[in-house]
Amino acid sequence: MNVSPAIYRKALVMAAVVAALSAVTGCHKKEKAVAPATLGPAPSAPAPTATLTADPVAIDVGQSVVLNWRTTNATSVTIDGIGEVATNGTQTVSPSTSTDFHLTAKGDGGSTDANVRVTVRVPQAPSNANGDGDMGSEAAFHQNVKDVFFDYDSYDLRPDAQTSSQTAASYLNSHSAIKIVIGGYCDERGSAEYNLALGENRANAAKTALVNAGVAASRIRVISYGKEKQFCTEQNESCWQQNRRAQFSLDR
Amino acid sequence: MKYRPARSLEKLLLRPAGLFLIAFALLTFSSVTLQAQDWFKTETSAGVSNIRLAVADFKPASVDPQTASLKQTFDSTLFNDLSSAGIFDIVSKSLLPQATPGAPGEINLAQWSAAPANAAMIAFGALGTSGGRLTVNGFLFDAKNTQFPQVLSKQYSEEANEEMARQVAHRFADEIIFRLGGGIPGIAETKIYYVKVGGGNKEIWAMDYDGANQHEITHLGTVSISPRVSPDNSRIAFSSLGKDGFQIRMYSLLLNRMVNFSSGGGGTNLSPAWSPNGRDIAFSSSRTGDPEIYIADSNGGSARRVTSFRGPDVSPVFNPKTGSQIAWISGRTHLPQLYIMDADGSAITRLTDGGYATSPSWSPNGQFLAFAWDRKYGPGAPGGQDIYVMEVATKRWIQVTHDIGRCDFPSWSPDGRHLVFANSPDGRASSTRIVSMLADGTGRRNLTGPGADMPNWSWK
Repeated sequence: MNVSPAIYRKALVMAAVVAALSAVTGCHKKEKAVAPATLGPAPSAPAPTATLTADPVAIDVGQSVVLNWRTTNATSVTIDGIGEVATNGTQTVSPSTSTDFHLTAKGDGGSTDANVRVTVRVPQAPSNANGDGDMGSEAAFHQNVKDVFFDYDSYDLRPDAQTSSQTAASYLNSHSAIKIVIGGYCDERGSAEYNLALGENRANAAKTALVNAGVAASRIRVISYGKEKQFCTEQNESCWQQNRRAQFSLDR
Repeated sequence: MKYRPARSLEKLLLRPAGLFLIAFALLTFSSVTLQAQDWFKTETSAGVSNIRLAVADFKPASVDPQTASLKQTFDSTLFNDLSSAGIFDIVSKSLLPQATPGAPGEINLAQWSAAPANAAMIAFGALGTSGGRLTVNGFLFDAKNTQFPQVLSKQYSEEANEEMARQVAHRFADEIIFRLGGGIPGIAETKIYYVKVGGGNKEIWAMDYDGANQHEITHLGTVSISPRVSPDNSRIAFSSLGKDGFQIRMYSLLLNRMVNFSSGGGGTNLSPAWSPNGRDIAFSSSRTGDPEIYIADSNGGSARRVTSFRGPDVSPVFNPKTGSQIAWISGRTHLPQLYIMDADGSAITRLTDGGYATSPSWSPNGQFLAFAWDRKYGPGAPGGQDIYVMEVATKRWIQVTHDIGRCDFPSWSPDGRHLVFANSPDGRASSTRIVSMLADGTGRRNLTGPGADMPNWSWK
């Protein structure tokens, strides 16, 4: 038997796919606990309880946080700055400064509150120091202009990339001072010279999507790195996928 | 499971041009498919026997302490050069007579032509040093011609050092190969340019054809790839990563510094290739947004577009015999395939029928293309990327590397008898080293350790 590494690789990839599929199907949404308040007035009206969490608790400017709250025995729940909310729920917020989120849960048995603090890290040297707010921040840029990933040996934009290109284009259109560089990257398989050409096509596909969405071509520079600048070097599909991308960065 | 339809096919890749046609005419296919095979046996000696050559250790002609070490360098270099030439049946050292003749009068031909040496030709001579000079007298004798045995007599006088001892051995080897190898000059004095990987950067390096004398050429502190030496050995074109991405750059081997090359027009510019007259450079440029093949003057001026089809077009190489055709790699039908066209962009012909083909190199006589090919390309597909040689006129091909890991970037030697290529035994980029072999896949020799890639053999 002479099993080539490629066969191992195939086995690994298939195992990974099976694992991923079973992870998806195995992850059922948790049954929502039936809120006691909906069962009618409780004879002794127990005091409400409330928890409020934020994930993550520390972010950079422009990033967002998911607030998650759970209450029991509450009939009305409010969060300062957001207003009346459901008794259990989640909400995504993007505070610009560090914020204490304060939740108040009122029920027949009284009221209680819960707090969580979200810390917002402000960049040391604000990018708008030159008075040009149009540039936006580096973090906001990466929040809105996301890297685009490609299939094996392909430079066609996938549907998810088409969507993210729209988001990217609208951000760029509202920050007209931004100029960007799109870097085209390939995974380590294949041949170096061909991969440089393929990386060029990938970066240009991403550029074309932005131009079609109204971004001026003169604001976009394209550089192909082929497989010369690898993001990671493991020999598996998740690493290869990370390397098959068009990466956006601010052109300073 | 090994897929190995072992078929005995005669192939004479190492023979002069006329015999190549016979060789391919002799290709016989016993399977139902007309495709060439994944694996077959090659017999370089089939039909024509190689000349049996005895290489005697040279006689020390002085007692200078330097003589012994220089003689050892000379003897081993000469033996290696003649062994790897591909046209000799070298008599094993253990079968040689004990005698070390240093001059025509000292040789007893019968001793060499008789069993067990059975030599048809004998290379021998004397090496001495005196006053910082190295003097070598080399002879080539025909063992069967007792009346006028001398075929060749050469005398060399150089500075006495290891480097010159090797160079003199190379020169003498090339004289013998030229005389006995159908008039095709030997390659012992040729160079190989390559990419050396280190510390996240890649620089252009050079070495002798046998892997000796490895030394740095560029010191750019960036990623430089695809070195291609000019036909007159005066310049190296390559591509290098700068702030505008990869661009073609030029190094002068005469001035020992970078010289101007401006391809203009923007975009990424890479994979330069010299025309055989040294006046033009073909390369891939994405100035229109899609990588296409262009041809410019050797300083980058008056670039003109040759291909026009959506998809990557890259890695052009001129037919070194005519200069009027270009082979290159195109991804116009998705996976990269090998194509040829006339240098004006007409008469486009696809040569490979599938898989993933890259890195063409055109043989000096114009007859063959060597390239890297992964015939069953795709995630998890069996097999790997190997070196193949295709006859351009018939599209018939043979696989010349087997089961040694990932192979890429073949480059022909000027005599058309050898190929140098990059090989990674475990498939990892960091393990890549440079290997040379005869064009039929035999006589493989590692020239470098890991960290060397993209070899390019000089034109002469």
